[in-house]
Amino acid sequence: MRFIALRMLTADRSKYLGLVFAIAFCTFLLQNQSSIFAGILRRTGNQISDVTEASVWVMDPKTEYFEQTKALKDTDLLRVRGVAGVAWAVRLFKGNPIAKTESGKYAATTMIGIDDDTLVGAPRKMLLGRWEDLQKPDSVIVDRAGYQLLYPGEPERPGRTIELNDHRVTIVGISDAAASFLSLPIMHARYSEAVQFQGQERKQLSYVLAQPSAGITPEQLSSRIENATGLRARTTDQFRWDCIRYYLKNTGIPVNFGITIFIALVVGTVVAGQTFYLFTIDNLRQFGTLKAIGVADRTLVGMILLQALNAGAIGFAIGTGMEVTFVEIFLHKIATRGLILLWQSVAIAAACIVFVVLIASWLSIRRVLKLEAATVFRS
Amino acid sequence: MNAVETRGIKKYFGSGETRVEALRETDFEARFGELTFVVGPSGSGKTTLLSVVAGLLDHDEGSLHVLDSDMGALSNAERLRFRRQNIGFLFQQYNLLPALNAVENVAVPLIANGIPRKAAEERAAALLETVGLASRMMALPSELSGGQQQRVALARALVHDPKLVICDEPTAALDHKTGDAVMALLAQHALSPDRAVVVVTHDTRVLEFGDRIAYMDDGRITQIEERPAVAEVS
Repeated sequence: MRFIALRMLTADRSKYLGLVFAIAFCTFLLQNQSSIFAGILRRTGNQISDVTEASVWVMDPKTEYFEQTKALKDTDLLRVRGVAGVAWAVRLFKGNPIAKTESGKYAATTMIGIDDDTLVGAPRKMLLGRWEDLQKPDSVIVDRAGYQLLYPGEPERPGRTIELNDHRVTIVGISDAAASFLSLPIMHARYSEAVQFQGQERKQLSYVLAQPSAGITPEQLSSRIENATGLRARTTDQFRWDCIRYYLKNTGIPVNFGITIFIALVVGTVVAGQTFYLFTIDNLRQFGTLKAIGVADRTLVGMILLQALNAGAIGFAIGTGMEVTFVEIFLHKIATRGLILLWQSVAIAAACIVFVVLIASWLSIRRVLKLEAATVFRS
Repeated sequence: MNAVETRGIKKYFGSGETRVEALRETDFEARFGELTFVVGPSGSGKTTLLSVVAGLLDHDEGSLHVLDSDMGALSNAERLRFRRQNIGFLFQQYNLLPALNAVENVAVPLIANGIPRKAAEERAAALLETVGLASRMMALPSELSGGQQQRVALARALVHDPKLVICDEPTAALDHKTGDAVMALLAQHALSPDRAVVVVTHDTRVLEFGDRIAYMDDGRITQIEERPAVAEVS
């Protein structure tokens, strides 16, 4: 009876396409909103993930996420270095100096000052120039999005000069740094210069980056540092999740996206459910005929489930395809770079579509099971 | 032996003050080898009787034997299987599945009985040839005339060689000539001694094809008319 079920489903092309695309758009909306949500949250920890050499971040206990730092004392670096199990530790500065181009364009930036000697924390994905060129005096590396913000429509080339708090500096390279949450240009400079670009403050050490000795895990080292110094120490992954949790807890992002995702689910359920239910109602006489002929209820239930699963699977596949296309297009745009389609988004959308399909099927099955076969004699 | 035998059948719809007695101690027989008409005014209970006999509706009182089976004693599953194997249906509105072509429509009862699709369609094609639709086998119902659709529906009703064929106003939507052709095929089917055909109709033009005519009014069989010469007519 399977072929009969599928023929019934696809006989009216416009209704079938309406059903499939209701599910496809529901899938697309669910995956799209959750992907954008995940992409935005991932941005909150991108500058942490970009540092690949060190696995432990040490900070003031009051520092909750990357953007908001309470400066450490310079001596804290030495205290961290003195903790057993620390292979090495270097300082890292994070500030937000104002950049000004020759043409007079202003932009607040995220300035990351990395250790002068080792350049630990320098961007490793360079698009133009070499990260080693940061050793040159008064030099910075800027990320591509920041460069395009400062020099809109102009070709990318190192060697241009900008002003950072009355310091003239040279852009020695363009990096492919991951997008930040605030989308500010991301600049890397040596620590000693970065603090100058920011302007003098009494304490300027934002973070200490540490790497455990062989045989010690980042988690173990974090505990040791916290016990020995009273500072806060987090592994890269822990700190990244701290940032995500901070934004989840303290901003309206999750609520707003949650509302959108909920609406997508409700609209998808209602539209797909109603379309499928109406499809069943339209076919009641056919189901009645099959009942009269002697087709068992469980076979009819199987037919309805097959129809719903077929529409659900095709709609889900089309919706996922739409989302993949969307991600593929916008992944390479400066403003939306870093957009990701998590397998979790696909799985959650799949679960939601199964839910939608089951609700729609349940409504239809109820109607068909209640149908009296004798109705076929009514004209 | 009778193919269908009802004794004192009662059927109610609704409850309380709105309860309607659609069948009032109805006694009805349809014999093997005969085509039996059930005629009567609208609301007389013809279709209800047909539905009860076919096992589509439960009766509330009385006894009902169809093809020597006590329908009241069968479980729902047994009645479903009984209907699937032994009864063919022909409806006023044809009730063809619009998504299936003629051959596929005819094959549905066989497929429902577990016959593989290919074998079912081969048998359906052969039957369509006998009803004069060899050239329209692949046509969808929407591409067929009313008469052609009813012939497809007739082939569907007969394809699994049912012992009892139940027809509800089979000629109501057809012109006289086409209606006669359909009735001739039904009468021919009823000639076999192990088969019976029961037809509910308002169409007095086709009564000549019947062996017996049961007149029904107000939920009861009021008169039976024997027409012994019908076999020769058909």
